[in-house]
Amino acid sequence: MRDVVVIGAGMTKFGELWGKSIKDIFVEAALKAIEDAGVKQIDSMYVGAMSSGLFVGQEHLGAVMADYLGVTPIPATHVESACASGGVSFRQAYLEVASGASDIVLAGGVEKMTDGADVTEALATAADQEYEVYQGVTFPGLYAMIAHAHMKEFGTTRKQLAAVAVKNHRNGAKNPNAQFRSEITIDQVLNATMVSDPFGLLDCSPVSDGAAAVIVTTMEMAKKLKKKPIKVIASAQASDTIALHSRPSITTIGSVVNAAKKAYKMAGLKPSDIDLCEVHDCFTIAEIVVSEDLGFFKKGEGGKAAEKGLTAIGGKIPINTSGGLKSKGHPVGATGIAQIIELYEQLNGKAGDRQVKGARIGMAQNMGGSGASCVIHILEGGK
Amino acid sequence: MVGIVGFGAYLPRYRIKAETIAKQWGMDANSIIRGLQLNEKTVPGQDEDTITISVAAAKNALLRAQIDPQDIGALYIGSESHPYAVKPSGTIVIDALGIGPHVHVASYEFACKAGSEAMYVAANLVKAGEMKYAMGIGADTSQGAPGDALEYSASAGGAAFIMGTEKVVAEILFTHSYTSDTPDFWRREGEDYPRHGGRFTGDPAYFKHVMGAATALLEKSKMKPSDFKYAVFHMPNGKFPQEVGKRLGFTKEQLEVGWIVPWMGNTYSGSSPTGLAAILDVAKPGDMIFMVSFGSGAGSDGFIFKVTKEITKVQNRAPKLKDYLDKDKIYLDYGEYAKFRKKIKLNE
Amino acid sequence: MITARYHREVPQRYRLEAGKCTKCGYVAFPPRLVCPKCSTKKFKPIVLKDEGKIITYTVIRVGPDKFSKETPYAIGIIELNDKLRLTAQIAGVVDFEKLKIGQKVKLVFRKIQDDGKAGIHMYGYKAVLA
Repeated sequence: MRDVVVIGAGMTKFGELWGKSIKDIFVEAALKAIEDAGVKQIDSMYVGAMSSGLFVGQEHLGAVMADYLGVTPIPATHVESACASGGVSFRQAYLEVASGASDIVLAGGVEKMTDGADVTEALATAADQEYEVYQGVTFPGLYAMIAHAHMKEFGTTRKQLAAVAVKNHRNGAKNPNAQFRSEITIDQVLNATMVSDPFGLLDCSPVSDGAAAVIVTTMEMAKKLKKKPIKVIASAQASDTIALHSRPSITTIGSVVNAAKKAYKMAGLKPSDIDLCEVHDCFTIAEIVVSEDLGFFKKGEGGKAAEKGLTAIGGKIPINTSGGLKSKGHPVGATGIAQIIELYEQLNGKAGDRQVKGARIGMAQNMGGSGASCVIHILEGGK
Repeated sequence: MVGIVGFGAYLPRYRIKAETIAKQWGMDANSIIRGLQLNEKTVPGQDEDTITISVAAAKNALLRAQIDPQDIGALYIGSESHPYAVKPSGTIVIDALGIGPHVHVASYEFACKAGSEAMYVAANLVKAGEMKYAMGIGADTSQGAPGDALEYSASAGGAAFIMGTEKVVAEILFTHSYTSDTPDFWRREGEDYPRHGGRFTGDPAYFKHVMGAATALLEKSKMKPSDFKYAVFHMPNGKFPQEVGKRLGFTKEQLEVGWIVPWMGNTYSGSSPTGLAAILDVAKPGDMIFMVSFGSGAGSDGFIFKVTKEITKVQNRAPKLKDYLDKDKIYLDYGEYAKFRKKIKLNE
Repeated sequence: MITARYHREVPQRYRLEAGKCTKCGYVAFPPRLVCPKCSTKKFKPIVLKDEGKIITYTVIRVGPDKFSKETPYAIGIIELNDKLRLTAQIAGVVDFEKLKIGQKVKLVFRKIQDDGKAGIHMYGYKAVLA
């Protein structure tokens, strides 16, 4: 396997992009990434998107985007793994370059969620349609059930959940691409309209439009292009039961544990070696559970860690310096790529006000459904 | 011996008070409560209909009968509110109960006597030797137009009866039906709510048919009202069954146990069947029961039951009607009620 | 939702029919073709018990369009007495504050959803507090 590096990144602003179509935003992000990488052509591309068929009635996104990006006849593939579509798109590009099949590959992700579809119903297709969704469960509902179980088992509080949202808004306020660039308070989170107990509106990531893309290539090509390479030192993916109720524990996400184990082994690292981590905080509890399952905190300690500021910039392990899904926005298919972009900027020392000083190793954890799929990447910056 | 081998009832937990409805329409609640003797009525949950009510009642009947559902050769459901205009409610009920597919199923409709019709046919198929067991169910989520007098009574619930020849808990001694073309109450195809002839629903309809069936039944059986421990008549309101009982010579005491309408409302096809279930819940071996239903249009089915010594074995095997009637009630305001009963115009 | 899709789930949704792995005893609900624990392909049909307890729950206050007229409603993961877990609405809860993990429930037959105004009614199990 060849060493794989990231040499370029581009994304749209995340948010309600009323004037732009799914094609417009993907092409905008892809062109920025290609320009940033300074490449003249790409050999292949991947488009991560969860449910463009339901959101905008358009499938076959590989061909659609290759066409509008003006890169036909290169191979172009739509990748779907629910909310992990972006991360899996990146992993496909990584594997294609590592295998030697291609030298320069674009890994993109996109979602256009505000074109009028029933978003709750579309997102719910990532759960077990016949045995969860049929009964009336929603995604906030599934994570809310994880939250109640975590609260009961470990004494996690709503205030600790709120601390995650407050911290992520504080980071997101410093991210020019974030959907919500405003800070919020614990009280605002606790008093927000209830969505699915124990979640209020501010425990939930928003509905967003957005696209993100990166260019991956070989170490040799990066040198030839005189680009500072950000090396992919681990790419790992795992699956778990589609239904939350089928798992032995409601408070541990097996796919995260398994993907993390593989990723640490591949990189030869341990949790304490990670300088910053982008985690899939679709709901506040997700960040808490994942921060435990990645090994940053003991099981049950994630809530307290968030409350104590251990996950803030300057803390023990800065989590979601980008603002996370909560503040940056969560255009589902684009999220996994946007996480890679945050690492790319941080490891290049170009994260501005939210820069983690001396960041060298970054991790991105992206998951689908209630955790039925998880993909983790570890990136290493230059010395 | 042919008769009931298992019985079960079910009522939803939701209620609306007559005074809540009266207040909505600017009516005098006391005249309803005293005049029609209706205090409150059951309301189905948003997830309940004739089919789910039938399943719940039938499960209780099976708990009492303790028979193999596969031995049931026919299942009939009488209702005025079958969820489908075309597709029998029983098809879903048998699959939920593990009956069939070798089973005869039909939906019956005869206004408020569709339930007793189902019982009548089920009992006679067993009597004819066509099958070991047959189930007859009367269940409804009754409709009453907003502001109409029916709104105070139209309620939800049902009762199921398994007919058989072994371990009979109430033997059917005599039956009699009485029918004529009497347009006292009807609902045209495609209409949401029934229409009725006001006071015409009384003497020419309810009283004529109930008395007709009851008188013939007494003659046929050579019995008199005082031979019975219990009597139950169709209960469109609190007043009518009391009045018809009086005209026939039954006492208040004989009617008391089955007269559940003041706190339940009129469950249409489930009305006299739920009354019968309430009686069977407490009856003792040897008790005689007199039952006459009434369905607008119009007709009445009469039954004479004799309770056997098997009754005491089955009474506690399933929840009783009084349990459903008195426990765990959830009161609705008119807005909630209107939403539950889909009386609010929505964007669909 | 098309009727064929609804129809094939009827044994599970109406009668709680499941499959038990003949080798390791894993209970598959709905039935599966291969055992996720021991890879055996032989199952024997069983019927699940309709009583259990709440493992976790939530109260859905913002629902999908299909359920939007029924909010707020409680939904939970129920562990049946034979240890099998499933997701079901918890019907008839008046005071959501009193819902607790560990509460005993019983499964009942209810209407779950409608396929629009003119399509089929769709039934299945819901839990009620025991």
